[in-house]
Parts: sequence; structure tokens; C-alpha cells
Amino acid sequence: MSVFAGRLTDAIATALDRSRAVGDQLILVAMWLFFLVLGTWAILAETDAFAVGVVTGSIIALGAIGLTLIYGILKFAHFAHGDSMMLAAYVAFFALTGKVVGERTDVELPWSLNDLPGATSSIPWPGEGDFSFGYGLLLAALVAAAAMALIFVVLDRLVYRPLRRRRSGIVIFAIASLGIAIAMRSVMLIFWASSPRFYAPGIRPTTDLPFDVRVVTDQIFIFFAALVLAALLYLLLYRTKLGKAMRAMSDNADLAQVSGINTDQIVTWTWVIGGGLVAVAGVLLALQAQLKPELGFALLLPLFAATILGGIGSPQGAFVGGMIIGITQEVTVAQDLIDISPGYKFSVAFIILILILLLRPRGLFGAKT
Amino acid sequence: MTAVLRVQDVVAGYGEVEILHGVSITVSEAEIVAIIGPNGAGKSTLLKAIFGLVSVQNGSVHLAERDVTNMAPNKIVQSGMSYVPQTENVFPSLTINENLEMGAYVRRDGLRDRLERVYGLFPDIASRRSERAGRLSGGQRQMLALARALMLDPKVLLLDEPSASLSPKMVDSIFEKIGDINRGGTAILLVEQNAKEALSFASRAYVLAMGQNRFEGEAKSMLESEEVGKLYLGA
Repeated sequence: MSVFAGRLTDAIATALDRSRAVGDQLILVAMWLFFLVLGTWAILAETDAFAVGVVTGSIIALGAIGLTLIYGILKFAHFAHGDSMMLAAYVAFFALTGKVVGERTDVELPWSLNDLPGATSSIPWPGEGDFSFGYGLLLAALVAAAAMALIFVVLDRLVYRPLRRRRSGIVIFAIASLGIAIAMRSVMLIFWASSPRFYAPGIRPTTDLPFDVRVVTDQIFIFFAALVLAALLYLLLYRTKLGKAMRAMSDNADLAQVSGINTDQIVTWTWVIGGGLVAVAGVLLALQAQLKPELGFALLLPLFAATILGGIGSPQGAFVGGMIIGITQEVTVAQDLIDISPGYKFSVAFIILILILLLRPRGLFGAKT
Repeated sequence: MTAVLRVQDVVAGYGEVEILHGVSITVSEAEIVAIIGPNGAGKSTLLKAIFGLVSVQNGSVHLAERDVTNMAPNKIVQSGMSYVPQTENVFPSLTINENLEMGAYVRRDGLRDRLERVYGLFPDIASRRSERAGRLSGGQRQMLALARALMLDPKVLLLDEPSASLSPKMVDSIFEKIGDINRGGTAILLVEQNAKEALSFASRAYVLAMGQNRFEGEAKSMLESEEVGKLYLGA
């Protein structure tokens, strides 16, 4: 009798497993269909909002790639990611203009990148409407990338490595990174105050694209910069020995160590690459919006939504997830069918995040656990 | 015969908890040595201590004439010893080729030759080199795990329960492979739950109990020994 009952429960369990797997596949297909339909509709009916969404999406995607990379190697949610982006944007601002807040007016360093000959003259765009910035900003972004890489490595040595040695839980890591986020925001407030700043003064020129889309010329730069960087990261992860070792460590850190991979070295490289990504994402964010200390933290929710939607730990997923979140955000507040105030933009990311966590926690590209 | 691996009075454990209370073993060139013993005897911990994954508080580990006690695993791999963990011993999201590349991570040169030599030993996985390792069956994963550990042509190979959770047929072919590897000149130190299988296969064996040496000797005579049989072979 008990043998029979055992067999029966086994059979039921397998049947349940199978139906669960089928259900899982159906949810995945439904998710893809939903986003494809939404995207197609957005392209046809809300072309302008779609274009803005692609730009916002590029910035979120770049941030989310960094977030997912750090999660993959270090296995914790890096809550300082948004504030790191904004801090990097301010570092670039400082390198470019040499300005920090003074008692009444800004204090300026005697020399900054803007003093280089022709650094402020706009980079020309072949169509109408040039970029709002000169080559000085590109150099400033490089300075910010180097600075963030250094800051991340130093923070790892001072904070995260001691926690790793102590084998602290992921909650401790996440809270530590939250503390660092708050510290970073304070640094921004102390040095550059809370009023908005811009890389270049004046109105930003616009340009016409095919299909009657009008965009700020800078947005074209933002999109292609994000695309090129994502492609470079892909090549790094899939074509170089370092990248393969990073993926190996993300799969199984113990086995990576056993194989002879120096895991401490991989961790350092992850922070260096993550710092570079954060810096570019931050400069692009400030170029699209403005420099404001709170802006980074506000972006954290869309960043996590994109990361989880794509499947946490998957860089390709983070890119696609970022694009979907960016486009969905812009399109839902722009359409006329139901009246949603633009102030609710981030709640769209939040709703997607909740749905993903309920229906398919491993996201679009995530591996089975 | 000269010893390629000499473990002397090793005391090791996790933090405050001491698991090995002075274990000594030696492995000679091109020998197969089995470590058997009841659950919780410290067999797996011993392999980890040898490989620098668990800190050795007392005693020493020598590989050939070199002191490798508490050396980082990446340095140990470089000095000619490899280790195959019992479970999760492949990188599932990496391709088979990439898994093997990771086995040769510490070396810059000769990757292509190493790959071809290892694929020659394991023709089953050679035909699937650009597939993800996560798609392999249990037996094939074990083959890949062995192949990864052989990429640097180690002097000593440490195997933690290579037959665990495999079908009896797969167990035979895995042991056959290990035999082939050994005939190629690699000394093998393996931990086995399946003591009878291990003893009929190894040349010498150690019985570990409560983190200490209990018996050692020729594998064959241990199979026949009444004491060992009573205690550990369920005879």
C-alpha cells in the first residue's frame, strides 16, 4: 500500500513539475509577446515617446549591465549604483569646469579641461543642430571612468573585502552599499550643492530624424555611446580570457578558484570595469537630464527593474531589460488612452518589477536555479 | 618509488571546528590511492586541506619536494596538482571549450595543444565543444570535470567521490577513464563512499575515521581484511 502511495505521489509530483515547466514557458512567451506588441504599437502610435524611451533605455541599460555584472561576481545587490552614476557625472563636471560650490558663488580651479583649446566648441553633427558639448566632455568622461574605477577598488578594499573575509551575509553587503550610497550623495551635496547643473550652458540643439521624429542631437550620441559600450563589454565577456573567467566565477566562484583562477584579481577587475560603466552611464544621464545629487538614487528602481526583468546576472538581459523599462516608462505616460501623469514614470518600472518577481523571478534571460 | 604528494600530521578545520586531528598520507608517482571511511570522517576536508581550500593549522603538505601548505589554489594548480570537486564541478553557462580553457587559466601558452590532447582522451565531449556544459548529462559532466582538471597535465589529481550520483554503468566508465589517466603517468588520490569499488581499483588505501588515520595498506589485502570489512564495507 505504502509503496503504491509512494509511486502515486511521485507520479503526481512529476506531473506537477511538468505542468509548472509548461506554465513557465507560457509566461515567458506571453511576456515577450506583450513587450513586442507594446513596442510595435509605440513605434507606430507614439513615435516621439518611443525615441525618448530608447534614449532613457540606453542609460538604464548601461547602468543595469554594471549592476548585473557586480551581482554576478560578488553576489550582492549594489545599492550604491545609482548614486555612483551621479557621483561620476559630478566628477566629470569637476574635471570639465573645475567648479565646486563656494560661500556665495562657485569656486573655480585655475585650470580645467574646458581651458584646452577648442574644448568647449560643439562637436558638429552632419544634419541640422550640433551636439551641445565639445571634446572636453569626452575627456572628462574618461577622467570620471578612471576615478570611479579607483573609488570602487578602494571601497572594495576598505568595506567589501573585509566583509567577504568575515563571510558576511548578502543583507550585510546590501546595507553596506546603501550606506556608501548615502555617503556619496552627501559628498555631492557638500561639493556641488543641490541646485541643478549642466555640462554646457544654453539651449540644446535638436535635429530631425526619419519618420518625423525630432530629437535633441545629444540623444543620438547617448544611444550610440551606450550601444558601443555594451558591444565592447559583450566582446570582453565572450572573447577574452578575463571575460570568460568573469563568467566562470559568476557561474561558480569555488570552482573558478579550484581551476586556478585568481578570484581576488577577478573581483578587482569587476570593480574597474563596473566603475568605467557607471561613469559613462552617469555622464550620459546628466547629459540627457541634468546634474542633481538625488537623481542617481531615483534611478535605482528602474535599474533594478531592468536587471531583474533581464534575469539577474545576465548582461544581455540587462541591456534588453533596460531598453524595455525605458521605452515602457516613456510610452505609458505619453499616450492619451488613459491619463497618467509623467510623475508616475517610475511607478511603471515598479509595476513591471512586481509582476516579474511574481510571475517569472528569473526574468527573460535568467538561468534556472 | 618517490613520493609526489606527502601529507604530514595535518590538523585542519573550519574556523574553531577542528576536523582533521593529524592525518598523514603519501602518494607515490603514478599510484592510485583511495581514502575510505565512514561519513564525517573528514575525507573531503582532507582533499580541501591538501588543495589550500581549508586552512591547515598544523602539519605540512609537500608536492614533489615543494612545500605547498596553505598555498592559494591558483599557485597549487601551477605547481602540478588538480582537484575535481564532488558536485557542481563544471561551469554550466560556459561552453565545453570554455570550461576546458578555464582549466588552463594559469598558463598563457599552448592552449590549442592542451585542448586537443584532452579531447583525445574524452572523445564523447569533443564532438560537443561549443555546447553549454549545463546541457550535458550527469556522466558527461563528470567527464568534462575530469577533462578540465587534466588541462595542465598534473602530477597529482585529487578526486572527491567521482562516482557519486552516477548510474552503475556510468560508474564503470568513469573508473575506466581514471585508469587511463593514471596509465598516462598521473598519480591519483581519490575519496570514495563506495569503498568496495574503490579498493578493487586502487593500489593502496587509507581508512580515515574521526579525522584520524585508522588503517593503511595494500588495497587488495584491505578488501580481504576482516576488521576493515566489518567496520567499513558492511560485510
